Amino acid sequence: MKKVKNAVLTSLWFMFLTFPLLAIRVNTIENIVEWRWKNMIIVGIGTFVMSLLWQYMQARKGSGPGPAEKKNEYLHFFSRKILDEPLIYKSILVSGGLFALVFPFLFSSYQTSIMTTALLYIVLGLGLNIVVGLAGLLDLGYVAFYAVGAYTYALLNVHFGVGFWTALPIGALLAACFGVILGFPVLRLRGDYLAIVTLGFGEIIRLILENWNAFSFGPSGISNIPRPGFFGIELSLQNATIYIYYLMIALCLFTILVVNRLQHSRIGRAWIALREDELACEAMGVDKTRTKLTAFALGATWAGMAGVILAAKTTFINPASFTFLESAMILSIVVLGGMGSIPGVILGALLLMLLPEYLRVFKDYRMLLFGATMVLMMVFRPQGMITAVRRTYQYKENDS
Amino acid sequence: MTSETPYPALEVLDLTMDFGGLRALNAATLHVKGGEIVALIGPNGAGKTTFFNCITGLYHPTEGDIFICPPGKQRERINGLKINAVTERGLARTFQNIRLFQNMTVLENVMLARHCRSSSGILGAVLRNRKTRLEERDIVRTSFAILEKIGLADVVNLPAKNLPYGAQRRLEIARAMATEPFLLLLDEPAAGMNPQETRELEGLIRQIRDQEGISILLIEHDMKLVMSLCDRVTVLDYGQKIAEGTPREIRENPVVIKAYLGEDI
Repeated sequence: MKKVKNAVLTSLWFMFLTFPLLAIRVNTIENIVEWRWKNMIIVGIGTFVMSLLWQYMQARKGSGPGPAEKKNEYLHFFSRKILDEPLIYKSILVSGGLFALVFPFLFSSYQTSIMTTALLYIVLGLGLNIVVGLAGLLDLGYVAFYAVGAYTYALLNVHFGVGFWTALPIGALLAACFGVILGFPVLRLRGDYLAIVTLGFGEIIRLILENWNAFSFGPSGISNIPRPGFFGIELSLQNATIYIYYLMIALCLFTILVVNRLQHSRIGRAWIALREDELACEAMGVDKTRTKLTAFALGATWAGMAGVILAAKTTFINPASFTFLESAMILSIVVLGGMGSIPGVILGALLLMLLPEYLRVFKDYRMLLFGATMVLMMVFRPQGMITAVRRTYQYKENDS
Repeated sequence: MTSETPYPALEVLDLTMDFGGLRALNAATLHVKGGEIVALIGPNGAGKTTFFNCITGLYHPTEGDIFICPPGKQRERINGLKINAVTERGLARTFQNIRLFQNMTVLENVMLARHCRSSSGILGAVLRNRKTRLEERDIVRTSFAILEKIGLADVVNLPAKNLPYGAQRRLEIARAMATEPFLLLLDEPAAGMNPQETRELEGLIRQIRDQEGISILLIEHDMKLVMSLCDRVTVLDYGQKIAEGTPREIRENPVVIKAYLGEDI
């Protein structure tokens, strides 16, 4: 009963809040005020139902090891079982890989292009995952490194005619350098302060690109960036799309391999420990400065590479592609997917990049849905869709 | 016991630490000889943990000298070194309020502490070459061995946060041991333990000293433990050393009794 009372109060409050917006309309042609009571009723009922649902979910969440929890545990067990059973795991992996391989031949080049973008965001997500997920450094200016990569290729190409394959490592390296440059001043910061400084850094890079006309050609951007070369053969637009798609697949696999190896290595452990308890980590002999800088540099490297590929893919870049919204998007991929979890980030990137494309009907409500999803995730599953699992070790006495 | 060296393993001279106008430590002096178990006791707020923090590099002391002399190595002044540099030189500590890496497994907690005793970098991690693999296996093996010694071998793959309290305390000691210290600093290792666990802890600390030859400096409020375990006791009050001696001497020292219980009525 208390829930119903709460729901009624909430809906009344919402009706009051939305009253000026949804109920009153001044008709300027006939000079009358329209009262749209129907809207008000819809808002009231809608809020009432939502509020009840919310409270029910909250109660279920708070009830501890009730039936809901058990179901969750069962689900968890189930998913673990899938991942642990090599046959199922491998068949999923193989079928996924096959699908990815034949994808460009099954679908139009428009679809392929969308998929390439999604893959690009997987790489970005995995890169940011190093900084945010593993090392626990909340970086809101990640897009700056993406911009550094893209502009490296674009500018080197405009001024010196440097090709894609040369620009790729240069872009990565330069982004890593910028990662260290950002890393130095924020070494002592954590949490909110770190987030604000990185946010500022991202904006600084964007504003420089926007205003330093002589250097970056300003807001009009750089166009006619060549697509990646294929052993000197000119590719048609369609073939080039497919080529970039496979390039992206390769980069994705490479990223997954490297990040996976890193996170179970000596350095990966140091990152995670730094996230868990900075002081204890230092007291156990980990050099905080070096570890943090490595995290920033390595995270930025992937963004740099993704940036070079973005420039090559779209053949045109301007500062508008590197707004804060982009950083927020990549961060959402990491948070939604599951911090520190590679399958989580992949799933997050695919969902966040592909769903908006295929649900164009709801495009007006995209940001609304997006925000609502984020809030719901934070309340009910803060660890993300797929939780990071730590590796287990078996001890063999007579290991040679 | 380890070989006799002319200098004590740890020698702290006239250590003073000011926080603004507050003098937390006032010319405190202490030394730990190789293979000794020394207790640092004192009423609440006497500056014991500040003392630890100064030694391990968390704070940079205002005045005074801290010298270490690891067995078989040169005597060295370690004032102003970074925390991890102090650990590298062989001083490992545990914390008063447990500071484990909660979401890492028990084994990983110990493996992390091998960080400063291993060297593979990014390239090694990515390429997984022979040297890295060997080093990694070595880390796993050493960590297992330490956990076995501490008695946590059957929970190695559990997240540290799932351990019972007493086991978490022991894991902290295991983690500190993994950095290969010559001196172990334990900040209230028996806090919150029941008598049974405390007895086990006493055995463990003694075993660490006898088998590994590691000297131990500990802060402790459990006087029974201090009296039966330690070779020597130093008493701090208001940041100053007020007494030093064997447990028996300390127990009968009127200055110490006054510090703990106040003036006689």
